[in-house]
Amino acid sequence: MPDWWSYRLSDFLLFSPRTYWRLFELHNEALWPLQVFTLAAGVAALVLAVLRPRSNSRLIAILLAILWAFVGWSFLWQRYATINWAAAYAAPVFAVEALILLVIGGAIGRLSSDQRGFRRIAGLILIVLGLAYPLLAPLFGRPWQFSEVYGIAPDPTAIATLGFLLLARGGLPILLLAIPLLWCLASGATLWAMDEPQAWVPLAAALLGTFAAAWTVMRGETKSV
Amino acid sequence: MTFPHPTRRTVLAGGVALAATTLASPLRAQSPQVLTRSIPSTGETIPSIGLGTWITFNVGDDPVLRDECAAVMAAFFEGGGRMIDSSPMYGSSQPVIGYGLAKLGAPPAFSADKVWISSGSDGPEQIEQSRRYWGVPKFDLMQVHNLLAWQEHLKTLYAMKEAGQVRYVGITTSEGRRHDLFEEVMRKEKLDFVQFTYNIIDREVEERLLPLARDRGMAVIVNRPFQQGELTRALAGATLPDWASEISATSWAQFILKFILSHPAVTVAIPATSRVNHVRENLAAAAGPLPDDAMRNRMVAYVEAL
Repeated sequence: MPDWWSYRLSDFLLFSPRTYWRLFELHNEALWPLQVFTLAAGVAALVLAVLRPRSNSRLIAILLAILWAFVGWSFLWQRYATINWAAAYAAPVFAVEALILLVIGGAIGRLSSDQRGFRRIAGLILIVLGLAYPLLAPLFGRPWQFSEVYGIAPDPTAIATLGFLLLARGGLPILLLAIPLLWCLASGATLWAMDEPQAWVPLAAALLGTFAAAWTVMRGETKSV
Repeated sequence: MTFPHPTRRTVLAGGVALAATTLASPLRAQSPQVLTRSIPSTGETIPSIGLGTWITFNVGDDPVLRDECAAVMAAFFEGGGRMIDSSPMYGSSQPVIGYGLAKLGAPPAFSADKVWISSGSDGPEQIEQSRRYWGVPKFDLMQVHNLLAWQEHLKTLYAMKEAGQVRYVGITTSEGRRHDLFEEVMRKEKLDFVQFTYNIIDREVEERLLPLARDRGMAVIVNRPFQQGELTRALAGATLPDWASEISATSWAQFILKFILSHPAVTVAIPATSRVNHVRENLAAAAGPLPDDAMRNRMVAYVEAL
């Protein structure tokens, strides 16, 4: 197509904000009370990562893998793809992330949470942000039913996962970090196109995640992210 | 090249003589007088306000929003509208239209859809899938969306028209893109319809495409009349001029639509909406007097000064 320069971000938006937010309302309604369990699993993973980082890293990785596979299938494939054809392509990418988490973290056990300093702080901030994501709905003027919940919706799942990955010791495969980072950017761009102020949240999370991952490399603490 | 616009007198007289849409179903029992225009290639008349479905009808499987779309369609048909326009690019809009048509008991819609696929050989399959989504026996109008693979698709569409599988053939673009190629295709091909963006701000098509459509006997569908809502949002804080009452415009939406419809080459404008009151407001814009040349100039000057 010869004149890509003439397109704006909003030209790629296929749906209205109301239709988009209704997806979460319908999804929450269909899955209730699963949200309680996914959120509890997230809190438990955070506690384990802080208190017993070495002995429970495999369990945390397996939990994350299950949630990525579930969110990719239940939200992206079954629900979001009905209004956005691009979601049908994102769903298998979520499955890839789940698989890598399972292999790298679950089988090989390379997600032990032994980071210190800025990277650890950034990781903890992102995990807490991901778990606290339901608060954004009332904060941005939407009812609770429209909340995005960790393990149910993609944004909080990706953001909290970024946090857990930042806590892990260095040398993670780029792809493991790249998928949640790219999702945060894509989601931020979508919200931006809808003129939603919440766009800043996934974009800021992606920025913090990228900076924190690069930080350790720049300081020579590790040769890879 | 320019065309004479109708004078105030002729427009007002025309407004009195507006043909009501043919009452063919109970849904149309309350149809007001809606301006109709002729499709040049056949002389068939069609209400000059249609219904676009970009974004507004892409509601997926949401049962509440699907019913809201069906309510919009019901109000549209009740108000005398006929043309609904969609595309495979519009997400779930096609099945949502099909849901609405089935729910309303197959009202006499003028079905306008598009083929939007890069491979010409995949065109027929996509068109057939679209037809199944709509649940119609055949499309009234099939257009090549954004000129994508237009040479291959037009061959298919001409063959379908010849075989009686589609009644009209057209091409589309939007927001001023690829107008040079669009003009070239208009000059070369025998099209029934062309579709592009035109409104009180985006008036580039007045120079070449609108006059050419009239010269070549092509019906014109105007998309994005409100710049996807940006124009009406931008004007929302401004005061509608007192003299808008001379053309019975009671809102900015009607002001903009009347400007579009008053161009003699325009056949149908297709504003998209998800609200019943907006559908009625849009249809009402085609039920009263339209501006003449002097008034059109005044409208442009007023909006540009805001």
